[in-house]
Amino acid sequence: MAKVVVGMSGGVDSSVTAALLKEQGYEVIGVTMNVWQKEMEEGCQVREKTCCALSAVNDAQNVAYKLGIEYYVLNFREVFKKEVIDYFIDEYIKGKTPNPCIACNKYVKFGALMNKAKVLGADYVATGHYAKVVNNENTGRYEIRKSVTDKKDQTYALYNLTQEQLSHVLFPLGDYEKEEVRKMAEKLGLAVANKPDSQEICFVDKDYADFIEQNTNYKAKIGNFVDKNGKTLGKHKGIIHYTIGQRKGLGISFSVPKYVVDINIEKNEVILGDNEDLFRNTLQARDLNFMSIEKLEGEMKVTAKIRYSHAPSDATILMIDAQTLECRFAEPQRAITKGQAVVFYDGDVMVGGGVII
Amino acid sequence: MIYLDNSATTPVKKEVIDEMIPYFTEFYGNPSSLYKLSRDTKRKLEDARERVATLLGADKDEIYFTASGTESDNWAIKQMARVNKKKGNHIITTKIEHHAVLHACEEMEKEGFEVTYLDVDSEGKISLDDLKESIKDTTVLITIMYANNEIGVIMPIAEIGKIAREKGIAFHTDAVQAVGKLTIDVKKENIDMLSLSGHKFNGPKGIGALYVRKGIRINSFMHGGGQERGKRAGTENVPGIIGLTKAFEVSTENREEKNKKVVELRDYLIERVLGEIQYSRLNGHRTDRLPNNANFCFRFIEGESLLLALDNFGICASSGSACTSGSLDPSHVLLAIGLPHEIAHGSLRLSLSDETTKEELDFTVEKLKTVVERLRDMSPLWEDFLKNGGEDNV
Repeated sequence: MAKVVVGMSGGVDSSVTAALLKEQGYEVIGVTMNVWQKEMEEGCQVREKTCCALSAVNDAQNVAYKLGIEYYVLNFREVFKKEVIDYFIDEYIKGKTPNPCIACNKYVKFGALMNKAKVLGADYVATGHYAKVVNNENTGRYEIRKSVTDKKDQTYALYNLTQEQLSHVLFPLGDYEKEEVRKMAEKLGLAVANKPDSQEICFVDKDYADFIEQNTNYKAKIGNFVDKNGKTLGKHKGIIHYTIGQRKGLGISFSVPKYVVDINIEKNEVILGDNEDLFRNTLQARDLNFMSIEKLEGEMKVTAKIRYSHAPSDATILMIDAQTLECRFAEPQRAITKGQAVVFYDGDVMVGGGVII
Repeated sequence: MIYLDNSATTPVKKEVIDEMIPYFTEFYGNPSSLYKLSRDTKRKLEDARERVATLLGADKDEIYFTASGTESDNWAIKQMARVNKKKGNHIITTKIEHHAVLHACEEMEKEGFEVTYLDVDSEGKISLDDLKESIKDTTVLITIMYANNEIGVIMPIAEIGKIAREKGIAFHTDAVQAVGKLTIDVKKENIDMLSLSGHKFNGPKGIGALYVRKGIRINSFMHGGGQERGKRAGTENVPGIIGLTKAFEVSTENREEKNKKVVELRDYLIERVLGEIQYSRLNGHRTDRLPNNANFCFRFIEGESLLLALDNFGICASSGSACTSGSLDPSHVLLAIGLPHEIAHGSLRLSLSDETTKEELDFTVEKLKTVVERLRDMSPLWEDFLKNGGEDNV
């Protein structure tokens, strides 16, 4: 009987994941990952609605006991701080907009947790992601495919997993709709059946810029808002407060709506423009990872997704040098943001992705 | 299963349970009631108090039963501080106390007390000169553990007691790890208050005691009925008290002989581990340590994985203290003896009992060798170390 470690957050999805795998005959071990930093616990900054809330341990433990599976709370504080929080902070300080969930998946859930799973003698790590992992018999490669439910599709944040990682991953929820999962939770009598979905960044309370200032020595430096031609429009609070496409919270009013269209870190300037200035036809990406293909040769038609909530759009991708990929969209896309991931699909199959530069 | 976590807790010995049983079923009377059933129960309770007092070199009226070692520590520290608030607001303790002491001290800081946390040397000992120098006119309490729960180091309690007594400062010691293993005489060692806990020496859980020397003024911590001479309210846990008392007595029978055997086994374990596992070290003083304690660090691996892997082989061990809920941070004790963060993360505490056998230790060492090797193979730190030609600055 294969052994599987299920990352349990105390939420509906991971609870049903554990239940399904047990039903399928796996020997299931539940693990809740303790990623809370001391200062967060003390300041109660951890939000209730996220997957990492402190109440998670109680809920997850209750579910595990109810299912009759082994259960551990294990420590991932250090790796989470290094690979997720510090990365998140560094990127913002560099004027980029990071996606911490991607880093968490690669280094924590399918990195450090997978290592612990090996220590426990487990063959797989499973999570409640709405995604499918398939071993393609023709290519011999492990692929991520979109789940049956488009609304909850969570493949985007998984683009960076290696073939080795994917060979030890199970996503049993990929075949279900969220509503079906809730029903299963109810049927199993799990008290978490009606818990709200987790959302936003688990370690940030309200304002990520406040979070950065409270948790580092970094002090946001006041600078200028400028227009496309370099003309000063007013003062900004420091670049970490802004992200591409942002309109609210600029602190000055204009006769027509103005948006953040770019950030110049050297000059400490935030460039404002009109909505149409946010549209671009192409983007470039590095830190690439390919899944369905080993490497990209020539041009390939795909659909591309530039942020978690973005609807995949038609594009052509090609390598322009050994490390850099160019993605040319059929239609201009709004607010292509440095630091975010771009992920490519061929129908339901994930081709790969990279970080927008 | 091999149980090597006797510093976390211990099984209750059969003779202890046998002595407890009548107090559940026969002498169940509430000791505070008037009728004969209760008067008989009360008599046994007071008899137990005397038996405990004798074993500590104390008088009967100096022993108060509590629900745990933690309660005893909290009571002694908080109420001793509060009662002396007008006299002074300074407390002296060490950096390697159990959290029951450290967190109680932190609470007193919130109430306006100043706390000195004494450093320890690389073997876990405090310097008596440091202690003397830290004493101020405002010092009202010195609280220093008898023996450390993680690395087993034994503190110079008699010397500390002498200093405190000369200065007229109350001296409390958390002796939770020492009672049942070491011979303690509160009078000779000038101890004013001492905490102990039943389940650490084959007694039941949920029962502890605090010794308070006559002449030391301390307020009640639990308010309610007039039990424990008005100092600790709550119906007495009579079966627990009987169990603690019996277990304490049993622990002193043939103590020297038992300790000699445990020390031999412990030293055998230490020698094998240090000799057969590369990049391992022993934490704490080599000889001034609890007879049953061995605490190791294995570089390049993390304590939590080590425990999970040993658990797979049925070996129960811990990484320092078992009192943190589920998860493990680098030990404050190992950081205090000067170990760098990454090494303080990879510790393993094996605590023996007088029933531990050489065969169990041989099995443990063999498994430990396998596990350490396997975890190092998975460790990026180990990989880096080998890449650098096996040299570094630590």
